[in-house]
Amino acid sequence: MIEGILIGLSAAFSIQNLLMVIAGCLIGTFIGMLPGLGPMSIIAIMIPVAITLGDPAAALILLAGVYYGAIFGGSTSSILLNAPGVAGTVATSFDGYPMAQNGQAGKALTIAAVASFAGGTLGAILLMIFAPVLSQVALSFHSAEYFALMVVGLSAIAAFTGTGQVAKALMMTILGLILATVGEGALFNLPRFTMGLMDLQSGISFITLAMAMFALPEAMFLVINPVRSASGGRSGKIDNLRFSREEGRAMVPVIGRQSVQGFFIGVLPGAGATIASFLGYAVERNLAKGEEQAAFGKGAVKGLAAPETANNAACVGSFVPLLTLGIPGSGTTAILLGALIALNVTPGPRLMTDTPEIFWAVIISMFIGNLVLLILNLPLIPYIAKILAIPRTYLIPFILFFTLMGAYIGQNNATELLILVGLGVMATLLRFADYPLAPLLIGFILGTMLEDNFARSMQLYRGLDFIFERPMTLTLLVVALLLVLLPSYRAHRVRKRAEND
Amino acid sequence: MVLDRWIALIFVTFCCIYGYAAFFTMDHLLPPFMQRNPVWPSTFPKILAVFGIIAGLIVLLGIETLGKSEKVPRTTDIDYRRLTDYKLGQALVLLGLMVAYALMLRPAGFLAATAVFLVASSFVLGERKFLIMVVVAALATGFVWYLVQEVLGIFLRPFPFFMGT
Repeated sequence: MIEGILIGLSAAFSIQNLLMVIAGCLIGTFIGMLPGLGPMSIIAIMIPVAITLGDPAAALILLAGVYYGAIFGGSTSSILLNAPGVAGTVATSFDGYPMAQNGQAGKALTIAAVASFAGGTLGAILLMIFAPVLSQVALSFHSAEYFALMVVGLSAIAAFTGTGQVAKALMMTILGLILATVGEGALFNLPRFTMGLMDLQSGISFITLAMAMFALPEAMFLVINPVRSASGGRSGKIDNLRFSREEGRAMVPVIGRQSVQGFFIGVLPGAGATIASFLGYAVERNLAKGEEQAAFGKGAVKGLAAPETANNAACVGSFVPLLTLGIPGSGTTAILLGALIALNVTPGPRLMTDTPEIFWAVIISMFIGNLVLLILNLPLIPYIAKILAIPRTYLIPFILFFTLMGAYIGQNNATELLILVGLGVMATLLRFADYPLAPLLIGFILGTMLEDNFARSMQLYRGLDFIFERPMTLTLLVVALLLVLLPSYRAHRVRKRAEND
Repeated sequence: MVLDRWIALIFVTFCCIYGYAAFFTMDHLLPPFMQRNPVWPSTFPKILAVFGIIAGLIVLLGIETLGKSEKVPRTTDIDYRRLTDYKLGQALVLLGLMVAYALMLRPAGFLAATAVFLVASSFVLGERKFLIMVVVAALATGFVWYLVQEVLGIFLRPFPFFMGT
């Protein structure tokens, strides 16, 4: 591990990569602050830029920097405006916004930054410990296990979507998998479902799909409902950035608990930063006693530190399945996986042995990224917050333009823009009907790998025998089935109880 | 029927068409040597079609629907039943502008198409300070073109087709 850390340090501390971290964090914070634009949209917009860098380590470092920056920016708009840029920072607004209203916006931002830094850094340490172990285990996996593991991942993502939403999430996952079958598959070299269109020969571009699923609906919602973007630019006065020693002392145990809890929630496919932050908030409120508990929701330090630590630790945790198994557990890591594939890097257990410089550079860049957020971004927040004052009449056209450019640059094809608009309208309708869209993108990105591993297993065992001849595969598939069935059973019971009442 | 079930109905229909294509139209194109394989290009789509129909039917028939006591948290604060209360017209015009941009990007060139798109979108959203709109659009267009073409090295034809590359 020491050798790996040294490799990572030398790669991450190159001038280019340091600039990538700093640029990524700043861009992420800048755009993440805009209400409605989450990390997925921002990363999707940045992917063409990252791909043109040509260096996978630099690209991943840039995108990871954008990711942390976006989460941090989301927290800032949660605290200053009660308008979370991302779902993962909704819980931040519970205590952050009241604190800002009490004239302590600067202090709230510092607490959020310190908690994010601690959560992200402790999460990165846990990642350094657990990722190599998991990689070692994963090295013994064959195609059959990979296939089963991906099925587990996809089922878990559906299962964690929430009671009553599992079938919808499954529907979206399957739609993603179906979209992935369009075009010429690597395994068969035969065009499928192209409807004779040359533009579909190479399949649907994942950047276009990511833009259509996340950036475009968000922009459309900002247009449809001006209240969402009507921040008015009143970011309050941010002057005193300090917090007291007592407050610092109160934060320490919260940070310790929530880093670990958030990290492990982040590792689970589909759970991620949102669940981690809400759960972190709930746990800390329950642990607090008397007056301290009563202060939650009115500007409590612990109430702000808990979700901030947890969501950052969870963001780092979500890199574990990506880096060790090559399976993304969240929409954001799915987009990162797509970017890596576009750069001819296949994440998985071999990533650590074949290209250790990428693996370790990403981990080391997490430390640097968190440090950058704390020492560079925090003092700049009062200035970055000015972006909230940009009128929507200028903001929305630019979001739409960057969305279009992202899809165009990726393929250099104007037809891609029409596909983007078509898919974007579909995604907006799906969002109206409360269909989760992250499973669609994850299904799409995993689709090709899932089919390849399935086909390879079928060829090796001359049929479906691989399921029964490999106990691990069978166990994983049973787990996947249970993951889907249990929430459905719970929903059935809830409904029965409601009917009886 | 509420929107999510309409979507489920469309999805089930789509899966039926997809499944029909996988089950009945793909296999006869397969070369004979591939037919001895245990897995065909149509195998995975067939499985997806079946599972897609099952998942779609669960949503369509409301099998997973909860009782009134437990509400599913909504992911958006916009109520689609009252869409006309919102700025729907603006959204549709902007979508139209995006389509127009896609169609005009090649013939009109990047600079003209982008500047017109930015100015027109701001106008649709209610901006009336024309001078600022034009200046902002021109600066942004020039900057992005320079960034993409010169820094990233991705070719973007700046001028209309009749002015060469």
